[in-house]
Amino acid sequence: MSGSVLAFVEQSGGEPDRLSLEALSLARGVAKALGVPLDAVLLGSGGEAAAGRLGPHGVGLAHVAADARFDDFAPAAWGAAIRAAMERRSPAAVVAAGSDRGNEVLAHVAAHAGLPMAANIVEVTPGDSWRLVRQRWAGSLLEDAALDAPVRLLTVAPHAVAVDPSAASAAAPTITRFEPDLEPADLVVRVISREARTTSGVSLSDAKVVVGGGRGVGSAAGFEQLEALAGLLGGAVGGSRVVTSLGWRPHSDQIGQTGLRIAPDLYIACGISGAIQHIVGCKAAKRILAINTDPDSPIMAVADYAVIGDLSAIVPAISAEIERRRPPSH
Amino acid sequence: MNILVCVKRVPQTGGRIVLTADGQAIDTRFLGHTISPHEECGVEEAVRIVEKEGGSSAVLTLGPPEAEEQLRDAMAIGIERAILLETAGGEWDPVSTAATIAETIEAQEAANGPFDLIFFGNEAADTGDYQVGVRVAVALGRPVINGIKDIRFGDDRHTVLAKREAPGGGWETYELPLPAVLGVKEGLNLPRYPSVPGRLRAKRREIERVALGASPSGALGLGAGEDSAGLDGAVPGPTKLRLRLPAEERTAADVIGQGPEAAPAVVDLLERIGVVHR
Ligand SMILES: Cc1cc2nc3c(=O)[nH]c(=O)nc-3n(C[C@H](O)[C@H](O)[C@H](O)COP(=O)(O)OP(=O)(O)OC[C@H]3O[C@@H](n4cnc5c(N)ncnc54)[C@H](O)[C@@H]3O)c2cc1C
Ligand SMILES: Nc1ncnc2c1ncn2[C@@H]1O[C@H](COP(=O)(O)O)[C@@H](O)[C@H]1O
Repeated sequence: MSGSVLAFVEQSGGEPDRLSLEALSLARGVAKALGVPLDAVLLGSGGEAAAGRLGPHGVGLAHVAADARFDDFAPAAWGAAIRAAMERRSPAAVVAAGSDRGNEVLAHVAAHAGLPMAANIVEVTPGDSWRLVRQRWAGSLLEDAALDAPVRLLTVAPHAVAVDPSAASAAAPTITRFEPDLEPADLVVRVISREARTTSGVSLSDAKVVVGGGRGVGSAAGFEQLEALAGLLGGAVGGSRVVTSLGWRPHSDQIGQTGLRIAPDLYIACGISGAIQHIVGCKAAKRILAINTDPDSPIMAVADYAVIGDLSAIVPAISAEIERRRPPSH
Repeated sequence: MNILVCVKRVPQTGGRIVLTADGQAIDTRFLGHTISPHEECGVEEAVRIVEKEGGSSAVLTLGPPEAEEQLRDAMAIGIERAILLETAGGEWDPVSTAATIAETIEAQEAANGPFDLIFFGNEAADTGDYQVGVRVAVALGRPVINGIKDIRFGDDRHTVLAKREAPGGGWETYELPLPAVLGVKEGLNLPRYPSVPGRLRAKRREIERVALGASPSGALGLGAGEDSAGLDGAVPGPTKLRLRLPAEERTAADVIGQGPEAAPAVVDLLERIGVVHR
């Protein structure tokens, strides 16, 4: 008999990661459907502190390997630790966040255990054969799938399931410490050095306003107007894959499937057509304003507001209007 | 350095996705195809490394006969050798894909010598299974790390130094002994465009073809049996049932004006939603 649903909870400095809490929310539903308890596994020095916060998320038992060798990301070692936790509980399913790390670690578990793994699921229905809905194309497309395996390995798509700290018994989970045996090969791949973020100013991922530019900006120099507007709004500049491929902007400015996913209060899309791979990166914005010469471009279907016309005239006019309305400074 | 890059042929989707009537695939009648973007950077990096360090480069794909096009694209920018594992149509699950790629790599290395580095994309653009590279690395018993956007070598060329973005910003560097496997991300480099002579050269090159038949997981009920794909007891899956488009959340945009004359209306809006204050 399967003993539980086991959720892998990533943490930093004793705080559980948000995407892991989303994964817990889905895992809790699976445990409930199966009538089994929800366990968590946590790794590294902050593991115990983070585990203590999981009661409201439905976790009854937390397996913590507090070994400092897990403090840095070491995918093979993290995978080995999760397999050790699986041996203790024979779970029906292991659920992780669909974060870079969550997907990578669960792939290690899957490879060593000879099990299939379904990445970025948004729904799951246990049964004789488990039914899943998972994201393809970063969420532009959904797949209904079947998963038949003795243990189901699942990662949960980011921002598809709400965090739910509403468990009836919000008592802190019971904590059980364990020390997984690591092979030397498990520790070969680990961090040897790190560099802090160097750019100053508001980052594209944190900005409340993002001014995005696409092919319609016309040149690297054309982005100066977008920079000026972003500056007036306390925001950051991003772009489409076309502008990073042309070298007008660095790749770190790219929004979309193979770039950043942003969620600002306002996204101003200038000269961007609205290809699905771009939209998956900006659809979490509260509001989208499109500036485009083509009233029929696909961006119009996702934008809330639009101005039709040439951005090289419109963007500076908006900046000038903002400055005109400002009270004169002393 | 001897380098292998594993690439996948994916449709070049744009404004919206259209599915086939049976919901089994994207309707590609009006679409071109491309190599997944992360892997394009893997191809470019392999060419640059061999230009600088010497050695040889190869590209491998598991896909339909038409995936020859993506192998020739890779050869057009300088990859020397190409291997096509030809499927009989239909999609392969990631477990079967990885098992077959690992088996092929072992055979290739037995014949032509070892690969120092094998590049995968961090995830394939279409299925996004996030696992094939890790599975192949584990099957080969080699170290692997994903998310790589910068690659350098140790002075003695026995190690590779690979950088990835840290969760809160900044960078982490990993050191892997060679031979190693890296999952790379777009941003690693800016891939070059193929030259006309490059394209002509690629057109004439031989492609090594291996016929595979149907997926061993039997997703389409044509299964060849698990043993034939060297699954080694691994359970294949997940099994695709059908594809669907997500429900549309937004409605048509509210057009607030035309041209620069719209600026006052735009700033009214910016004030109303609280992103500019007087
Ligand atoms: C697997 C895969 C992954 C991808 N990942 C990403 C990704 O992460 N991010 C991404 O952005 N793309 C991605 N793409 C590319 C994507 O499909 C599109 O090609 C790209 O987003 C288009 O960029 P664009 O809107 O700048 O250019 P275009 O599609 O060329 O659009 C330009 C727009 O500018 C408008 N315009 C032109 N001149 C003006 C002017 N003077 N004033 C106002 N408007 C003007 C035009 O009407 C048009 O709408 C990916 C593609 C694939 C196949
Ligand atoms: N059919 C395939 N042929 C060659 N390489 C593949 C194939 N499928 C996946 N890969 C490689 O494995 C990586 C990860 O794929 P996935 O696990 O499907 O997201 C891709 O970026 C490719 O480099």
